[in-house]
Amino acid sequence: MEEIDYICNLAGVGHILLVLSGKGGVGKSTISTELALALRHVGKKVGILDVDLCGPSIPQMLKVQGKGVHQCDSGWVPVFVDQDKSISLMSIGFLLEKPDDAVVWRGPKKNALIKQFISDVTWGDLDFLIVDTPPGTSDEHISAVESLRPYKPLGAVLVTTPQAVSVGDVRRELTFCKKTGLQVIGIVENMSGFVCPHCLECTNLFSKGGGEELARHAGVPFLGCVPLDPQLTQSLEEGRDFIQEFPKSSAFPALAHIAQQILDRTSPQGS
Amino acid sequence: MFMAQTLGDAFAFAAIEEIKEKMKIVKHKILVLSGKGGVGKSTFSAHLAYGLAKDETKQVALLDIDICGPSIPKIMGIEGEQVHQSGSGWSPVYVEENLCVMSVGFLLSGPDDAVIWRGPKKNGMIKQFLRDVDWGEIDYLIVDTPPGTSDEHLSIVQYLSSSNIDGAVIITTPQEISLQDVRKEINFCHKVKLPIIGVVENMSGFVCPKCKTESQIFPPTTGGAEKMCQNLNISLLGKVPLDPQIGKSCDQGQSFFSEIPESPATSSYRNIIQRIQEYCGLHHSQEKLSNQGME
Repeated sequence: MEEIDYICNLAGVGHILLVLSGKGGVGKSTISTELALALRHVGKKVGILDVDLCGPSIPQMLKVQGKGVHQCDSGWVPVFVDQDKSISLMSIGFLLEKPDDAVVWRGPKKNALIKQFISDVTWGDLDFLIVDTPPGTSDEHISAVESLRPYKPLGAVLVTTPQAVSVGDVRRELTFCKKTGLQVIGIVENMSGFVCPHCLECTNLFSKGGGEELARHAGVPFLGCVPLDPQLTQSLEEGRDFIQEFPKSSAFPALAHIAQQILDRTSPQGS
Repeated sequence: MFMAQTLGDAFAFAAIEEIKEKMKIVKHKILVLSGKGGVGKSTFSAHLAYGLAKDETKQVALLDIDICGPSIPKIMGIEGEQVHQSGSGWSPVYVEENLCVMSVGFLLSGPDDAVIWRGPKKNGMIKQFLRDVDWGEIDYLIVDTPPGTSDEHLSIVQYLSSSNIDGAVIITTPQEISLQDVRKEINFCHKVKLPIIGVVENMSGFVCPKCKTESQIFPPTTGGAEKMCQNLNISLLGKVPLDPQIGKSCDQGQSFFSEIPESPATSSYRNIIQRIQEYCGLHHSQEKLSNQGME
């Protein structure tokens, strides 16, 4: 009986994508959100599963922090973030009593919740489920990959910033993917260049090219560079309608290109 | 707070006592924390170590407990160094005569080697770092942590619970998405009764090298660390601007104090380090007084 329920909740999901990085603060959650929006822009239905239990950022980004999670017969109903219900989200952020509550859990408790998130959320029919992860190669990552394995995830998108200190951690994440049999769809180099809004001079705040070089060295696809757009950051921060503002951002073309490469992988000739 | 309820707890207790003995020759212990990743904890930890070690009469040690993402060896230019064992324990790696480092990075076979460990194994490593490393007599032990509020953080606080931590320095960037996680970290500190030395706001503004106008790369839409510190009655130790040279120096394993001595970032750091030294000095005197009071 339990096994049937287990299969049901992810049965309607077309493709599962994990967003990983060895390194913190490179923009995994931002890229997960932007990717979801880019896919929605081309008519896809997308779910986002936020398994960063200590630092859940996505509810705030999509202006749905504080929403409650409802239960139905088959499990937890994810939170819809837009009018036409094309983006749904599940995060521990919705389960906290107060937004500043710290989740001070050791591994086993985190593993249990992640397993529940994977088996008990009623996603319905989705073209893509994007799983946003915390930095590292530990409990959350091992549990997520193990629990998702029966559903044959499409693979992982690895996010880095250009500098060597980030790339150093992402190399280890590549090893994690290899060891756990998770296919690497490609590497994204985020925060790749900042264009001064006053004089349009481009400065490489966090160096340049490290992500591309890593992809070449590791023999995985390089999906593209995404520039830093503080206006977009501001929009996310202020809870403005990111969904409307995103297509006008300087980061949008890069994200649309990344989304297209992912879509190409899902077409019959693509893989 | 850490009553032994299981055999596991009893073993933890034994370790805590062993570590207490080891830590008797460590004068000051400072944890560098953040709820958020990528705000500059490791960069700060490394440069705090460099700054404190400028006084050649002081012995400084840096312990990197980011088991999955050990950045300190690269930042300090000692990637690829090995750790040796002797009768007195593991030898840390010396960057300067009075500055040594321990990190899981030194135990890996190469840059692609990943540490794919669940919590209990990570905790075991942290215990070994505290108990089995031959630190020698240390004036300052700085502990660099990974982002979050999980195994590593609970373990370091637990293992050092009888050894008197001076306090935590919490790093953030100005935007709300960071502060959100940092408030959780502050709550964690309160929960485990870890004193907070103060908060550092990193990547606070960027001056375009061409037109010299300042931009906020990570806009402080909710007042930044300053407002948060006011609301929570915590000290703001300082703000550090974003200088692209910092990232470059770290990538090259150089101290940016020597690479960009004239940068506003360098002077911010030096002021912050001074405030931390003053806090530790005060903490030490207060401790001495209370110990004398107990005699």
